[in-house]
Amino acid sequence: MNNSEFQTISGWIQPNVRVLDLGCGDGELLAHLAQTKNVRGYGLDIDDGAVLASVSRGINVIQGDLERGLAEFDDQFFDVVILSRTLQATRKTEALMREVLRVGREAIVTIPNFGHWTTRWQLGIGGRMPVSKRLPFQWYDTPNVHFATLKDFDVFCAEKYVRILDSVALERGAPVSRLRNVRADVGIYRLQDGRNN
Amino acid sequence: MFLAFAATIAESTHAVAGRSVGAVGPKKMVLTEPLKMRSGAVLPHYELAYETYGTLNATKSNAVLVCHALNASHHVAGHYENEPDNVGWWDNLIGPGRALDTDKFFVIGVNNLGSCFGSTGPASLNPSTGTPWGADFPVVTVEDWVDAQARLADALGIQQFAAVIGGSLGGMQALCWAYRYPTRVRHALVIAAAPNLSAQNIAFNEVARTAIMTDPDFHGGDFYKHGVKPVRGLRVARMIGHITYISDEQMGEKFGRQLRDGLKFGFGSEFQIESYLRHQGDKFSEYFDANTYLRITKALDYFDPALEHGGDLAKALAAATAKFLVVSFTTDWRFSPARSREIVQALVKNGRDVAYAEIEAPHGHDAFLLDDPKYHAVVRAYFERLRT
Repeated sequence: MNNSEFQTISGWIQPNVRVLDLGCGDGELLAHLAQTKNVRGYGLDIDDGAVLASVSRGINVIQGDLERGLAEFDDQFFDVVILSRTLQATRKTEALMREVLRVGREAIVTIPNFGHWTTRWQLGIGGRMPVSKRLPFQWYDTPNVHFATLKDFDVFCAEKYVRILDSVALERGAPVSRLRNVRADVGIYRLQDGRNN
Repeated sequence: MFLAFAATIAESTHAVAGRSVGAVGPKKMVLTEPLKMRSGAVLPHYELAYETYGTLNATKSNAVLVCHALNASHHVAGHYENEPDNVGWWDNLIGPGRALDTDKFFVIGVNNLGSCFGSTGPASLNPSTGTPWGADFPVVTVEDWVDAQARLADALGIQQFAAVIGGSLGGMQALCWAYRYPTRVRHALVIAAAPNLSAQNIAFNEVARTAIMTDPDFHGGDFYKHGVKPVRGLRVARMIGHITYISDEQMGEKFGRQLRDGLKFGFGSEFQIESYLRHQGDKFSEYFDANTYLRITKALDYFDPALEHGGDLAKALAAATAKFLVVSFTTDWRFSPARSREIVQALVKNGRDVAYAEIEAPHGHDAFLLDDPKYHAVVRAYFERLRT
């Protein structure tokens, strides 16, 4: 996670709230939020190394599969659920999004933009599946199974009644507003379940 | 839970970091304040056997209590002077430079009330009769044990533990400490445990107890005066228990369908697994007390903190303010990861600090006694952060 992504997420989080970070990795973001925002944070990760690193940092890390693990949390238990660069690697993506919006009052979701011009170039002109710093995997070993462009995600949110409260598109860490679906390498969204609101 | 099995598969594991605490010796504390037990019975006075490793610091803030499981004792680490092979049951975890570092912490192993390894139990003399307690020794519970452990802490001048740690039934005690004495525990490490026993767990215990109680040498629990021991019952109890501590996978890998010496078309021990279980049963029945076995399995059956709270574990744990590390093992079918997750869930519901590691290990319930590197790394990392 680069610095501006970090700052964007951090900026959307109010002090003293309860946060769940799905795919928390080494717990860096939660540690930062605990320190700067005094959040009560929990992290979920399936990876042994991530769990160990998080325990070493004193993070409340729960080892588990996020595609199975959210059933154990009550509705709207968390103020914010963070899903950072993880959605594209989930299988039941729509079901997970619903779970995220069920257990959290708000969700912060970041997705790598498959519509970035280099990706378009590699596939459209080069005829090869895109490989980049953000998507560094070959087609045969990628954990990413559900690629989306920012536009795709906007459409998904509209069709599935997911309210976009805020969004930022970043190109190498700098915000872009025009031609974001071509220029941005990552999109960060602040979301809410739009069905009951 | 069962040391002998742990020892037999220890060969497949590797050298652990740090070293043993070396030669140690047991101590005894006589506690004279009557202990009111959950059953209503009162023990007027009693002894607790314990061991300590490391040094209690000046502020007495570095004490860690280790709670034992079914058949273990206060002999947690190191070895006895004249018995180099009598190694503590958690020696791979506790010592200088080990995951629970005795250079930093003052570690206490305590033998529970009702045991047969030094603390007052059914084989001890009943002061009112001058003969062994036998059947008259009260039924003990996890709460009683924890209360007695708290008295020991008082006697040692320890107001608050840096941590209480235990595996299996020991983990239940660590959990119990956290809600029963919230101000006296800063961290609770609950390993391979459960918030209560399932019907299946109780069923296994009942088979074990039935084996003991129907042994003609049991004499209703007063076998001491007959000069006999219900060894047949104990053997079966141990055999059935043993099966539940190992994963199917591990048992298959270690024994498979191996025969000792071909098919004999008889009822001797033909399969290696039969021979192994019989051997374990024989050994166990020599040193373990039948009345203790009955009581410890009952303590397991009775443990159910949610019971008084309409089955709501979160409510039961609401009083607990300690930070938790909860660990489970994927192939543990006795206390499965799902049971540990119930504890985690209840703690999260209360907004408590908890880390949970689900260790992929092939060994079943007994994994908590082994030196699985991933498991020990998490426990080590947790203790390293812990301030004394």
